[in-house]
Order: sequence, then C-alpha cells, then structure tokens
Amino acid sequence: MTLHSLLIEPFVDYGFMRRALVASVALGLGSGPVGVLLMLRRMSLVGDAMSHAVLPGAALGFLIVGNLSLLAMGLGGLIAGLSVALLSGLVSRATDLKEDASFASFYLTSLALGVLIVSLRGSNIDLLHILFGTILAIDSQAIVLVGGITTFTLLALALVYRPLVAECFDPGFLRAVGGRGPLYHFLFLLLVVINLVAGFQALGTLMAVGMMMLPAAIAQLWARTLPMMFVVAASSAAAAGFLGLLVSYHLSFASGPTIILTASLIYGVSLLVGPSGALRRFIKRPHLAG
Amino acid sequence: MSGSPIRFDDVTVAYDRHPAVHHLSGAFAPGSMTAVAGPNGAGKSTLLKALMGELSPAKGSIDRGGLSSRDIGYLPQAAEIDRNFPLTVADTVMLGAWRQVGAFGGITGTIAGRAREALSAVGLEGFEARSIRALSAGQFQRVLFARLLLQDARVIVLDEPFTAIDARTTADLLDLVVRWHGEGRTVITVLHDFEQVRAHFPQTLLLAREMIDWGPTEKALSPSNLLRARAMAEAWDSDAQVCRRASGSSA
Repeated sequence: MTLHSLLIEPFVDYGFMRRALVASVALGLGSGPVGVLLMLRRMSLVGDAMSHAVLPGAALGFLIVGNLSLLAMGLGGLIAGLSVALLSGLVSRATDLKEDASFASFYLTSLALGVLIVSLRGSNIDLLHILFGTILAIDSQAIVLVGGITTFTLLALALVYRPLVAECFDPGFLRAVGGRGPLYHFLFLLLVVINLVAGFQALGTLMAVGMMMLPAAIAQLWARTLPMMFVVAASSAAAAGFLGLLVSYHLSFASGPTIILTASLIYGVSLLVGPSGALRRFIKRPHLAG
Repeated sequence: MSGSPIRFDDVTVAYDRHPAVHHLSGAFAPGSMTAVAGPNGAGKSTLLKALMGELSPAKGSIDRGGLSSRDIGYLPQAAEIDRNFPLTVADTVMLGAWRQVGAFGGITGTIAGRAREALSAVGLEGFEARSIRALSAGQFQRVLFARLLLQDARVIVLDEPFTAIDARTTADLLDLVVRWHGEGRTVITVLHDFEQVRAHFPQTLLLAREMIDWGPTEKALSPSNLLRARAMAEAWDSDAQVCRRASGSSA
C-alpha cells in the first residue's frame, strides 16, 4: 500500500470523501479559534451546554419540514441556541444564579425537549443522525453553509479581536471605559452557536463541541500567545478532520467519532510532550542563571 | 486640571437592604488627594463602586461634577482580571488608550511610545513583549498602574492598590500617586494602612458604614474617631428595622 493510496486516493476516488474533507477542514478552521476563546473565558462547559441547546431547534425544524432538511434544522438550531444563550445571560443578570448554573438548567431542558420532539415523528435512525451527525452524507448545500459560517467566523474574529480579548481579560475595565462589553459577549455567543450549527450536520449535536474544545485544549498546551493559540487550534482541528476521515475510511469506523477521537489522540500526545505538558515535569533540566 | 467637585448627597448603598454605606454626604474637591480609610466591612469598596456607577444608591445621589464614570481611572481591588490570560505587557498597558482608539482604531506610534514611557515610569522598562503570565503580583500591579498612566484620567480611583505588594513596589507606586496629585488630578484611594495615609494623604474620609469624619487627615484619624469607627463597623443587626432617618441629617 503506497502513501498515495493511503492518504490521497480515498479523496480522489470518492466525492463524499472530498465533501467530508472540505467540511471538516472548514469546520476546524472556524471552531478551533472560537474554542480557544471559550476556554480562556472558562466557559468550556457552556460550549457543551450550548451544543445541547441547539437540539430542540433542530428537532423542531425536522418536525416541521419532515425530513433531515439542512436549512430548516440549521435555522431551528440557530434560534434555539441563541435563545438559550440570551435567556441564561438574562437569568444570571436578573437573579443570583451564576451563568454556568443557568446554562446547565436551560440545556438540560433543551436536551429533553429535543429528544422528545424527534421521537414524536422520527425513527431512532433520525435521532442518531441528529445526535451524532452524518459527515459522509454532506451535500454541496451543506458545504456552502459550513464554509460560509467559517468565513463569517474568521472575519468577525479579526474584526472584533480587540474588544473580545479585552472583555475576556478584564471585563471590569471594559465596563469602566464604556466599551460595550455585553454586546461583544453576545456576538461571541453568536459565533459559538453558528459554529455548533455548522458542526452538528457533520458531527451531530453531541460531538460538534468536540471540534471546539479539544483543539482549544491542544492549543493551550503548545502556544503561549493568543494568536499562536488560534493557529494551533485551527490547524489541529483541521488535521483531526483530515486524519480522522482517513482512519474512518480505511478501518470502516464511523467517521464523526473517529474525527473527534483523532483530536483526542492529538490532545493526549500534547499532554505528554507539549511545552506545557506532563513530561516536562519529569525531565529535570538545569535551571538558568537569571 | 480643575473642575467641579465630586459630590455625595445623602448616599445610602445597600446590599440586600442592609446599608453598606449609610447616609453619606460630602465632596471630593477637584485636585484633592483623599484616602478612604476604615475597618473591614466599612463600605469603602462599596463607596467606590457607587462612584463608578457599578452599584446604584438605594437613596441619595452622586454628582460626578460633569464627569462620566468613563473619565475616571479606576483600579478595583479584586479586579476580575484573568492574570493567566495570554496577553503581552504592552497590549495590557495599551488597553489604557481605549478612550482614544476604541474597539477598532489603529494603535499609532504615539500610543506605543506612551506605553513605553508608562512602563519605564513604573520601573518595567523593556517588559513590553513579556507575557503577563510570567509577572509577579507586584510587577502586575505596576503594569496596571502603567495602564492608568495611559488613561490620563482627571480623576483616579484606587481600591487597596498596595495589598500583597512588597515595600519597594509600594513606595514606587505611591510616588506615582503623589505625582498624579501634583499634576492636579483628583486622587481617591481606599487604604487600610493608617501609617501610609498619615504619611501621604492630606485628606481622609474615615468610613464605618456611616461617615465618621471627612477632612484633614490628622483630625479625621484622631484616636477617638478610630475607636468609634471600630465600634460601628462591628455592629450588625440582622433584625434591623427600616431606617427612618430624615434625609440630610448625617451622623
């Protein structure tokens, strides 16, 4: 078996593999940087909660249109995700509940609601598709959606980089200088939601957040500056997409989980050998003079 | 750098209806340098938060003398700052130029130059490219002071700026505060160290939820005032009745 047949041929031979590759690479490029910011804001679990929150909207779209229509489910997911984000923000401002606590309550409600709605109409297969995605069944319409979302995400991040970073680093300061922190916070949540919507077609609602948090964790282990973290997160997510697809093709594994497990593998290796990783603690190097 | 005084008129700020600052009236004169002193739980930080508009008074009003809270350089005590954030020292300091460049404006060479000057003024020359993660608590406080320098605010409000900071750093930063006063800025600083207050601050507001005294430091920090402050701060009545004190009459 040549390297060519191992790495290139699957994509040359099959259109669905090419589409899956484009989708997962695009997904990684957008979701990785968003995940880095999520993690730096200590909102890792909020990302998880949001991905569940997308479900009832997607399910409702599915219920109304009656098949796995991308547009209906994407739109439904977007609306549901944003509502949960807004409601949780509102609750944490109006009551003593912390934002993560209100997120947890809302997403559990959403998850239950979503599964209930799907079970009203669909079969278990539909439920599996929604929960775990179908990256190999991605059509060109879905690619345009994912690509569009990635493009928007990267442009938006570049544009509001400074206020996002300021809001993340020192929200009190931004408030004091009148920097409209809540606006950027909401914009950021919007980016999270649309990237989850992009991810859920490919990886399902449960694992879409994997393309955010695992690359973000990898980035934390390798890079020290924020721009470098973005680069590491985006490229490791894209690499996980590429390698995961290949592995799933050659070994006939389910592709979504394989992509996420590839990211996990990169994470595991980084844990050991990364500059901030574990091995550093065991290998004694002589200290510097000053 | 003259202007109108910052005036408190019968201000009460309450948490869960219990007053943390109770019927406070008085004014910070423009260009004055005032220490806000008092025991723990005296409402010092609460007072500053009300001044910054982060808490709204349950009663009374605060007149910032035509300034918006954005024109005030404010360094809170337990800032919500993530000191582990991957940001360079220069980027952190240049946040102080927010009023000029905002969210989208370009960082000009002038601003970068001012950031360099500010860093050398706080004794951190050449630290621009370092990550803030690698800084000690004292160095980080110096960075925050450099950011205040860049803000160039007419009124500077500091909340316990020297807590957990070593003597040398404290002395350096105190010099800066005194310099700000010399430049005609209004300085309001919460401090718990009475020696520091006596040595550097001409005016003192002694607070123990109620105002004990507000005036020249020697008079405000008299032994009898300090004794009263301690007794009042310790009093906490969980069955307190609704306060019926008439407006305007302060303790």
